[in-house]
Amino acid sequence: MKKFDYLKPNTLEEALSLLNQYGDRAKMIAGGTDAIVMNRQKKISPDVFISLRGIPGLDQIEFNGIFKIGALVTHRTIEQSELIRKRFPILAGASSVLGSVQVRNVATIGGNLCTASPSAETSPSLLVYEAEAHLVSQNGERRLSLESFFVGPGENALDKKEILKGILLPSPPPNSVGAYLKLGRRKSVDLSVVNVAVLLTLDPKTGICERARIALGAVAPTPLRAKETEKILEGNLLDDGIIRKAGDCAKQECSPITDIRGSAEYRREMAGVLVEKGIRQSLVNHSRIV
Amino acid sequence: MKQTIRFKLNGDPIQIEVEPHLTLLEVLRNELELTGTKEGCGMGECGACTVLINGRAVNSCLFPIMETDGKNVITIEGLADVDGNLHPIQRSFIENGAVQCGFCTSGMILSAKALLDENPKPTEEEIRTAISGNLCRCTGYLQIIEAIKEVNKNS
Repeated sequence: MKKFDYLKPNTLEEALSLLNQYGDRAKMIAGGTDAIVMNRQKKISPDVFISLRGIPGLDQIEFNGIFKIGALVTHRTIEQSELIRKRFPILAGASSVLGSVQVRNVATIGGNLCTASPSAETSPSLLVYEAEAHLVSQNGERRLSLESFFVGPGENALDKKEILKGILLPSPPPNSVGAYLKLGRRKSVDLSVVNVAVLLTLDPKTGICERARIALGAVAPTPLRAKETEKILEGNLLDDGIIRKAGDCAKQECSPITDIRGSAEYRREMAGVLVEKGIRQSLVNHSRIV
Repeated sequence: MKQTIRFKLNGDPIQIEVEPHLTLLEVLRNELELTGTKEGCGMGECGACTVLINGRAVNSCLFPIMETDGKNVITIEGLADVDGNLHPIQRSFIENGAVQCGFCTSGMILSAKALLDENPKPTEEEIRTAISGNLCRCTGYLQIIEAIKEVNKNS
């Protein structure tokens, strides 16, 4: 493995200044569970890793009218956070099945998003919650919808001199229910063949679906919102016919590839199956307000 | 260029000079000669390299050595007491036939320790989740689960 320097700034300002100074020679590192593997596989070969782990505050979950999850919050913290489990259970569910305990203890939510894998565990759940990425550079800050943050497989919208500081999560409307479903080849420590997040807002009197958010992972170059599928559900009572129609629509909205984990045809079919299952599971969860 | 780091290793404070590109696993095995921690896949999937950092199970093959500065690291060598009496988890592994080739054992025991320190009487499901990141190539999982269940059975 190529030798590299390892810098550990104590402030975000210092980190941004180092990023400016080293440019393409540097790579940011958070938990390192992707970065160290990619370095070993020679997919990246930075002269310098700039670690964000020494910066206080980036590993905090805060609420100031909007929920903020710092980029350095680990999946283990998300999985165990009472607040996230109560307010954003689909995200807590996704974090709880990422990798193994050992990986969840160090891997971060920011790292998971910046790696921008089409199959990233937390992406579909964050998409249905309409999360925003909070980006900072020496020139200032900006907020970007997560949909625009994913550009392609392994590519994100970060400018070369920007750092992902955290994720902003608006509270879902009242009477929302949801589910996160992951299809893997084994029960744990596996990447998804397909992963699906569903968030439905139901009229408590009529049961009519007022708002639907469906997101799919591992079936397109980026994780994506299935917006046509959402339209089928909105304004309707979610009976068997509508649910099947939504599943069929989801199959058409994805553009999967064949790889070692599954064929394109299988992925497309399973995306539909998982969307249907996710809707049904959400309806069972109806009494449990998200 | 080598850099100086300080951390607690199995209870003792140490200070060493390390190349910053190394992982904790490489430093443990090659520099500190603590070879109880094993390298399996080198990609964070098999758990043979599991150690505890501040009480939490971590894959040392993915842990940059520079992040160890200021931390509390426990390896399999730190489990027995000063007189060489084995830790109750180690004894339970032996008594329940949970050690076959032994390659996964260090990691399994440390994952079990992280679990039991947090949750002394876990359910079978919780045990399975806790060791889901530890592969046993001999496939002796049932004995391993049994051994972890037995540790605090009578306490």
